[in-house]
Amino acid sequence: MHSNLFIDLAYVAVAVVFILGLKAMSSPVTARKGIVWAGWAMVAATLVTLFFPGMQNFALMIVAMLAGASVAWWSGKKVAMTDMPQMVAIYNGMGGGAAAAIALLEFTKGEVHGMVAAALAVLGALIGSVAFSGSCIAFAKLQGIMKKAFRLPKQDAVNIVLAAITVILGLAIISADHPGMGWIVVFFILSLILGAIITAPIGGADMPVVISLLNAFTGLAVGFEGYVLKNPALIVAGIVVGASGTLLTQLMAKAMNRPIRNIIFTPITGEAAEG
Amino acid sequence: MEGIVYLYVFVLAAFTGYEVISRVPVILHTPLMSGSNFIHGVVLVGAMVVMGHADPDSPVQLAIGFFAVFLGAANAAGGYVVTERMLAMFKSDKKKGGA
Repeated sequence: MHSNLFIDLAYVAVAVVFILGLKAMSSPVTARKGIVWAGWAMVAATLVTLFFPGMQNFALMIVAMLAGASVAWWSGKKVAMTDMPQMVAIYNGMGGGAAAAIALLEFTKGEVHGMVAAALAVLGALIGSVAFSGSCIAFAKLQGIMKKAFRLPKQDAVNIVLAAITVILGLAIISADHPGMGWIVVFFILSLILGAIITAPIGGADMPVVISLLNAFTGLAVGFEGYVLKNPALIVAGIVVGASGTLLTQLMAKAMNRPIRNIIFTPITGEAAEG
Repeated sequence: MEGIVYLYVFVLAAFTGYEVISRVPVILHTPLMSGSNFIHGVVLVGAMVVMGHADPDSPVQLAIGFFAVFLGAANAAGGYVVTERMLAMFKSDKKKGGA
């Protein structure tokens, strides 16, 4: 995909403002300013992208944007302050879903060229799908739709087998010259199931840490799909969030005095009390 | 060679992400999670580009593209509103506490 200098420079500026915004958000005095800067940068990035060379389908695209943005804006405005964590979860899941859908569309179009791009597209699709279904479960739990911790018999074995099948299928897709759409669809479905069954046994009290981890996952997925699209804005923003999200997850787990390993894996082995 | 340049971008971005939030106070953990959730909403840009280059005669491609743009826009807009509300509350609390 070709780009032009103006758009590329705008993306660089957007990436810089995102990083400065994130920096500002990590200090109490400047936090509010940080999100406003980042917000304007996002508006700029979106507007500039409308002028990307060779773009079509504008009418449908604008309908999709307005629909997604207004549903989210309205739900974010009216939600009670105490219900914020699940809203973060669901918006994060949507980001992961978007990254996975980008990979799916690129495979459908046959526009994933080369082993590295295929590997990152598949990895991004896997991580994005896990973040999507995992976040939906996290939302359902915090919203009270899903009250009890859900655990399959022999859950750890099921997880490992399912993860192994998904990874093998992913490797097959990476190494195939023209992977069949059927296999790609199966791969996405398995990834979605994987995210759901990993998150389902985790108790409500540990959810903020899990959401933070899934947030870092989405960041990575966005960064990887950014490579597939050769779009540095996505790469920088995605990887910065992936890294800062990982660190933040560690800090949150530490503040709760619970190592991350215990949060993610203990419920599976059945040793932990549920929240 | 181009691949190596991208590898540098990955590595440097990862260090940046780590450095940028390394001294965050506990009280800002949740807003910062929400804020970084907003930032990966830039996935909207990628979704727009892939949808913009989808075949207008292929309903499947358009449907996946629509889905991607819808989700990306929701991530960005929702992430912003929620973060802004959290930080607005945080700021007014801080003022009261400081006065």
